[in-house]
Amino acid sequence: MSSLSKSPWILHYDASSCNGCDIEVLACLTPMYDVERFGIINTGNPKHADIFVVTGSVNEQNIDVIKNLYNQMPDPKVVVAVGICAATGGIFRECYNVMGGIDQVLPVDVYVPGCAARPESIIDGIVKATTILEEKYKKMKESKSLVKKGRV
Amino acid sequence: MSRRTIIPFGPQHPVLPEPIHLDLVMEDEKVVEAIPSIGFVHRGLEKLVEKKDFIEYIYVAERICGICSFMHGMGYSQAIEQIMNIEVPERAVFLRTIWAEFSRLHSHLLWLGLLADAFGFENLFMNCWRVREKILDIIEETTGGRVIFGSCKVGGVRKDIDPVTLKRIDKLLAELEKEIKDISNVFMNEYTVKRRLVGVGVLSKEDAHVLGAVGPMMRASGIAQDMRNLGYGAYSKLEFEPITRTNGDSYDRCAVRIDELFQSISLIRQAVDKIPEGPVDVKVTGNPDGEYFARLEQPRGEVVYYIKGNGTKFLDRVRVRTPTFANVPALLKLLQGCDFADVPILILTIDPCISCTER
Amino acid sequence: MSEKQEFKSITIDKLVSTVKELSAKGYRLVQISCTKLDENMQLNYSFDKDYEFLNLKLDVGKDAQLPSVSDIYWSALLYENEIHDLFGLSIEGMAIDFKGNLYKTAVKTPFGNC
Repeated sequence: MSSLSKSPWILHYDASSCNGCDIEVLACLTPMYDVERFGIINTGNPKHADIFVVTGSVNEQNIDVIKNLYNQMPDPKVVVAVGICAATGGIFRECYNVMGGIDQVLPVDVYVPGCAARPESIIDGIVKATTILEEKYKKMKESKSLVKKGRV
Repeated sequence: MSRRTIIPFGPQHPVLPEPIHLDLVMEDEKVVEAIPSIGFVHRGLEKLVEKKDFIEYIYVAERICGICSFMHGMGYSQAIEQIMNIEVPERAVFLRTIWAEFSRLHSHLLWLGLLADAFGFENLFMNCWRVREKILDIIEETTGGRVIFGSCKVGGVRKDIDPVTLKRIDKLLAELEKEIKDISNVFMNEYTVKRRLVGVGVLSKEDAHVLGAVGPMMRASGIAQDMRNLGYGAYSKLEFEPITRTNGDSYDRCAVRIDELFQSISLIRQAVDKIPEGPVDVKVTGNPDGEYFARLEQPRGEVVYYIKGNGTKFLDRVRVRTPTFANVPALLKLLQGCDFADVPILILTIDPCISCTER
Repeated sequence: MSEKQEFKSITIDKLVSTVKELSAKGYRLVQISCTKLDENMQLNYSFDKDYEFLNLKLDVGKDAQLPSVSDIYWSALLYENEIHDLFGLSIEGMAIDFKGNLYKTAVKTPFGNC
C-alpha cells in the first residue's frame, strides 16, 4: 500500500443534493465516525485531492463546476457518487432541471447507496475508493509518462 | 480612491458545505457590494406535483432539504390537512412537535459546529457535532432515519413512540442540557470567539423588518416574532416565549440560537409530559380542493407552504418560500462594508440552506 | 389550529399603491409567488403584521407588464427575478435585474409553458 492510499484526501462537492448526504459526509469527519483515523482528510482545494466525493445529481448550472473541479484534481483520482441522487437522480429524476446521476459527466468508480446515505456506507465507499486509487496509481507508475509529471 | 476588484466567491469553497456564488466587489479589503448568483442546486421540484399525487409528494417535500426535512413534511401535511379539513389526532400532533424540536436541536448544533469551523475553532466544531450525534441516535431510534425521517404523513404520523422510550428521552434531555451548557459557555464567553462575533455584521431592527428577515436573524435584531406562536402543532399547549436579542450582530444571532437549544429541550420535556394516549393517524379520503398558506417556524425561520388543489389527486401548485430565501437580502446588506476576512462568518450567520432556497 | 388568512383581490394598476400603503402600515413582505392557471397567471403577494396574514391576489395575462415593488421592499427583487425566470412574466424596474440569469434551467421558463 502506498502512502497515497494510506492518506487519501477528499474533495466534497454538493451538486444539487438536498443536503442530507452532505451533512452525512461531514458527520463522517466528526468524532462519532472519525474518518481521519484512516488518514482521510477533507480538503477544500481540488488540487490537493485524490478522491472526489459528489452528492446530488447533475444539473444545467453545476455541470461545468463539476467538470472543472474534476479536471483540476491531479491523477490518479477516484470519483465516489454518494447517495441515490448522485447515482441516478433519485426522487428528483423527473425534474426538468435534473440531468441524472454523476456518471452523465464523470467516470464514477464507486456508488454509495442510500437516501440519505448513512455514514457507515459512505466510509465503506471511500475505503473501497482507496483500493481503486491504488490500482490506478500502479497502472500510472507502469506508464512512462508519470515520470514527467513528477508524482513518483 | 482605491481601485475596485471583483472577487468571485464559491460555488465550491472550503467554508461552504453547499454551493452559492457571490461576486464580491472589493475596495482594498472592504466589500462594497455583493451580487449573488444562485441556481446550482435548483432541481425544480415544485413542478413534480404534476407527476406525483398529493399523498406521494410528501416524500419530495421532505427532500427539499435534509436538515429541516421533518418540518418540510410537517408544513406540507399541515397545508393539505387544512384544505381537506382533516382533524389530526392529538397524539400525532404531539409526536410531530417532539420530532420538530429534535430537528431544531440537531440543526442548531450543526450550525454552531459550522460556525466554529468558519472561525477556525476546530475543537469546538467537533464537540458540537459529537453532541449532535446523540440527538441523531434518538431520532433514528424513534423514526428509522437519521436525517430524512419519513415519519410524517398527511393525516398524522407513521410511527408511535412507546412509553419506555419517552421516559428515556427525558433522561437524555438532562444529559444533553449539561453538554450544551458546556458548549454554550465557550461560544458566549470565550475571548477568541467573541473577537470574531461581537459587533460583526450588525443588522438593525429597521433593516431586518424592511429586508424581510425571518427566524433567529430577525429575533437577534429585536423583533419578537416566532411562528410557533401561531399555535400550530402542540405549541398552543406548551409554554415558551420567543427569544430575542437587541444588538443584531453575529454574536447575538449565535446567542439566539443557543438559547433556542434550551428552549427546544424545555419544549420536548413539556410535550413528553403532556402527550395524550390515542391513535396516531386518520384515514385520508378524497382530494384537496382549495388553497392555503401554511406557516411554520423552522430552525432557520419562517417557512411558507402555499398549496393549491383542484379536486383531483394532482395538485395545481406547491410553492415553498424557505427561510434562507427570505434571509438572503439581509445577507447582501450585511456584506456591504464588511472585511473580506469576515465574509465566511457573515454567510454562516444567516444559517444558509441553499438546497431549500433553490429547490 | 388554523390561522386566519385574509385574501384581497386587486388589479395591476393598484398594486404599487396598495403595497406602499401596507409598507407604511408596518407590514413585512412574506413572499411573492406565482401560479399558472389555465389561461392566466395568478400572483400572490403575502404580508404579515403581528401574525396577521394578508394576501394580495392578482390575476394577470401571460404577456402582462408588471411593475416592480422592489423600491418599496428591496427584498422583493429575488422573488421578482424568480418569477421572471421560471414563469416568463416581465417585471419592470427591479432593483437588480438578473436578466433571466438567476436560475439557469435546462428548459426556459419551465413553469410558464406547460
